[in-house]
Amino acid sequence: MSQPIKLTTPLTEEDVEQLSIGDKVLLSGVLYTGRDAAHKRLFDLLNEGNELPIDITGQVIYYVGPTPAKPGKPIGSAGPTTSYRMDPYAPRLIELGLKGMIGKGNRSQAVIDAMKRFKAVYFGATGGAGALIAKRIKKAEVVAYPDLGPEAIRRLEVEDFPVTVINDTRGNDLYAEGIKRYAQG
Amino acid sequence: MQRDVSAREIVTTVKQLCMEANFNLGDDVLRAFDQAIETEKSETAKEVLRELKENARIAREEKAPLCQDCGLAVVFVEIGQDVHITGGNLKEAINEGVRQGYEEGYLRKSACNPITRKNTGDNTPAIIHFDIVPGDRVKIIVAPKGGGSENMSRVTMLTPAAGMEGVKDFVVNRVKESGSNPCPPTIIGIGIGGTFERSALLAKRALLRNLGERNPDPELAAIEEDILARIGKLGIGPMGYGGTTTSLDVFLEMEPCHIASLPLAVNIQCHAARHKQAVI
Repeated sequence: MSQPIKLTTPLTEEDVEQLSIGDKVLLSGVLYTGRDAAHKRLFDLLNEGNELPIDITGQVIYYVGPTPAKPGKPIGSAGPTTSYRMDPYAPRLIELGLKGMIGKGNRSQAVIDAMKRFKAVYFGATGGAGALIAKRIKKAEVVAYPDLGPEAIRRLEVEDFPVTVINDTRGNDLYAEGIKRYAQG
Repeated sequence: MQRDVSAREIVTTVKQLCMEANFNLGDDVLRAFDQAIETEKSETAKEVLRELKENARIAREEKAPLCQDCGLAVVFVEIGQDVHITGGNLKEAINEGVRQGYEEGYLRKSACNPITRKNTGDNTPAIIHFDIVPGDRVKIIVAPKGGGSENMSRVTMLTPAAGMEGVKDFVVNRVKESGSNPCPPTIIGIGIGGTFERSALLAKRALLRNLGERNPDPELAAIEEDILARIGKLGIGPMGYGGTTTSLDVFLEMEPCHIASLPLAVNIQCHAARHKQAVI
């Protein structure tokens, strides 16, 4: 296996353009969490012509709804949720400067096209490995929508957060390539 | 002879089972990971499987949820007909157990209003399936079910002419179309027959088996193996990154149905196949 690529957020266009599907990446810096309900609120704000509660330029959004933190821990278990539910919202955020998304599962062609056009990538984290992934999260604070509980937007500080590139800036898709390589008959 | 079982004991048992199920992955699943690491062709896939093993170890040691999706609490209850519940309402006792287990275990509460999406706050109501059986015992199985894999599940009403080949095609196609979404490697529960809702319950109940446990009917057991082999050829692999391990097992349950129908349910379960049971 090739050595993982280390990147620190916020990500630049050069950072994401060097990535190809299947690359293992260790992310450090800040990730913002958001899933179904938070995305809907962000989208509604944009549609009403308002500013977002966070500046997403160069940022990476992690699709996660963690378990409650035990006393003394920054966060509970925190693996990725399925990404397609965020597909209706993602192209708009990518156009506004979002550089990365972390989740699991297939994206729509509209999202893949937006990543190609505006230079962003989609990373996969290992679904169901929430206890393991939590070890790489050093700090977590709610920065918007505390009423959404697990779905609130959190600012996470992470170190060597392990992800795999699923969709790169050239329109490639690891899921499609993986099946081509291993499907029989 | 009538036997008394206190509602309080039901509460405590359900509470413990909710936590245990979320913290401790079954040995059958861990063995299946080991076996898949041996047989898997893709290096990336092997690495995912090793991560899942390591995740299970951390969860067990730290009493942390395996997955942040601690599921809706699906509870199967078999009540002996000679049991008398004392000191409370059985259904409420089960919900109270879920409430306490999800709170004390720092488990995520995922139950919400379907339209407003407002969280109920305590992961209730539980999804309870009661059955009355002979005897004076109460058997409780708690099987937390995550949303990602549940979303990929389907019920369909095939025409009787479709037959077993139609069933196999539908199941394999469902796994193919689900791709990476339900967190493969998955476990596939299949319910054939009954009515619309009965087929779904059969599929869900099939998922309570331990990995490797075949249907006692040799013909149905052979069909389980055949479907598993066909799924293996799809190439989806762990997490959908490509590979030869797409499902860990296939469990099929069948019951008679109406002469006009062929109900079929496919319930997909992620690798965090959580189910714990206790007998009171």
